[in-house]
Amino acid sequence: MPKITITVNGTVQTHEVEGRTLLVYFLREHCGFKGPHIGCDTSQCGCCTVHLDGRSIKSCTCLAVMADGQEVTTIEGVGSVQQLHPLQKAFNEHHALQCGYCTPGMVMQGIDILRRGRATDHATIRHELEGNLCRCTGYQNIVEAIASCAGTHPDRHSRED
Amino acid sequence: MYDFAYVRAKSLDEVTRLLDEHPNARPLSGGQTLIPTLKQRLNRPSMLIDLQDIPETQGIEVGEHEVSVGGMTRHADVAGHPGIAKAIPALALLASGIADPQVRHRGTIGGSISNNDPAADYPAAVVGLGARVITTRRSIEADAFFTGLFSTALEPGEIVVRVIFPRVRRAGYCKIPNPASGYVMAGCFVAETHDGIRVAVNGAGPCVFRQRDFETALAVRFDAASLEGCGQSAQGLNADMHASADYRAQLVKVAAKRAVACALRLA
Ligand SMILES: Cc1cc2nc3c(=O)[nH]c(=O)nc-3n(C[C@H](O)[C@H](O)[C@H](O)COP(=O)(O)OP(=O)(O)OC[C@H]3O[C@@H](n4cnc5c(N)ncnc54)[C@H](O)[C@@H]3O)c2cc1C
Ligand code: FES
Ligand code: FES
Repeated sequence: MPKITITVNGTVQTHEVEGRTLLVYFLREHCGFKGPHIGCDTSQCGCCTVHLDGRSIKSCTCLAVMADGQEVTTIEGVGSVQQLHPLQKAFNEHHALQCGYCTPGMVMQGIDILRRGRATDHATIRHELEGNLCRCTGYQNIVEAIASCAGTHPDRHSRED
Repeated sequence: MYDFAYVRAKSLDEVTRLLDEHPNARPLSGGQTLIPTLKQRLNRPSMLIDLQDIPETQGIEVGEHEVSVGGMTRHADVAGHPGIAKAIPALALLASGIADPQVRHRGTIGGSISNNDPAADYPAAVVGLGARVITTRRSIEADAFFTGLFSTALEPGEIVVRVIFPRVRRAGYCKIPNPASGYVMAGCFVAETHDGIRVAVNGAGPCVFRQRDFETALAVRFDAASLEGCGQSAQGLNADMHASADYRAQLVKVAAKRAVACALRLA
């Protein structure tokens, strides 16, 4: 079995995996980060969204071996209960979650939207959330939470990447 | 998913050798199509050969006459490339409308055109612009590359290395997406190239095709109104629960008109 090394939330994680082990399982089962959820397992819902080398991806549609040697950030890596990320605080203030199942993915995707400077208006934010499903909130408060953080990302730039 | 061996190849020679030695090995680019297929056990490769580290498949070069896009280039990198936005804005626009942001961060042009899903976006740009596909063995003209439903001119053991798009006078794209999946139900890429007008239709048939009567009409005058008299037959078009062949035929004309308007707007 291949032994791979991925830096997860700043800590080096080396584990043996099968070729077919999905990144989301690596994060949940091998590293113990249960933040990335598995909603659909078919690349539709975005619950499993994490950052791979700084960009949002669906970790259910990435093999762990493909991320060997790279850096992953999960929801556990962006803030803590004592020190919430500004977008987590905004989700709290705008009541942008109900059951919370989609929330780790929504926040990780929201941070990616802010990084790319795409939180320009509600229509753009909705377009940028195309890969994230929420069955509870109706999206409005999620969009408002992300909009309220527009312009706050430290290394924001306007490119689509 | 059945298990498989995984190799991250370092060179094109290594890929070619591995594909020759292992007839059931498959190349892996972004995995956005291949991984879902493996999950459904629709495919059972003995080995996946990851192309992400191969230098020849990387990067975008914008030249005076051509834009060269490496096969491993992610959709988001085409969408966000300032040089492409200037040279062929319709190509950046097309890439920005594929799937969702997370998929655009992973999916690649090489994987998309090799897969040749009838509802994919990139085949329309490759045929519409008259691009060349550079493989490990040869250069293939766009018109000869896409051969049918999920099939291409690629031979066993041959992979896509780069796609070379000629710069054109103007080009536009319109896709009418399925509202749930976002995949194309009917789409059209039009270009006024230095060798004439090209119109490529995707989503509607089993494989991207050129719409010659639209090309003739647009050669007279490059305007959406020129397509008014043209019709698209429903013969041979796809029909499924989302759209009948007749409806798709109607959408082709709508998409073509919007693509022309898009080209005039972007020029
Ligand atoms: C939720 C979702 C929505 C999507 N929506 C759209 C959409 O709207 N429009 C659209 O066009 N696409 C869409 N896609 C597909 C997406 O664009 C894929 O990224 C793309 O089709 C395949 O690219 P890939 O790099 O992921 O290829 P992979 O999945 O890695 O490979 C696909 C196939 O091509 C082969 N292959 C890969 N690279 C090469 C190569 N260089 N040479 C030869 N063969 C190769 C593989 O063996 C495999 O058979 C969507 C995907 C998802 C998951
Ligand atoms: S679990 Fe990954 S997209 Fe739904
Ligand atoms: S809060 Fe329940 S799915 Fe989004």
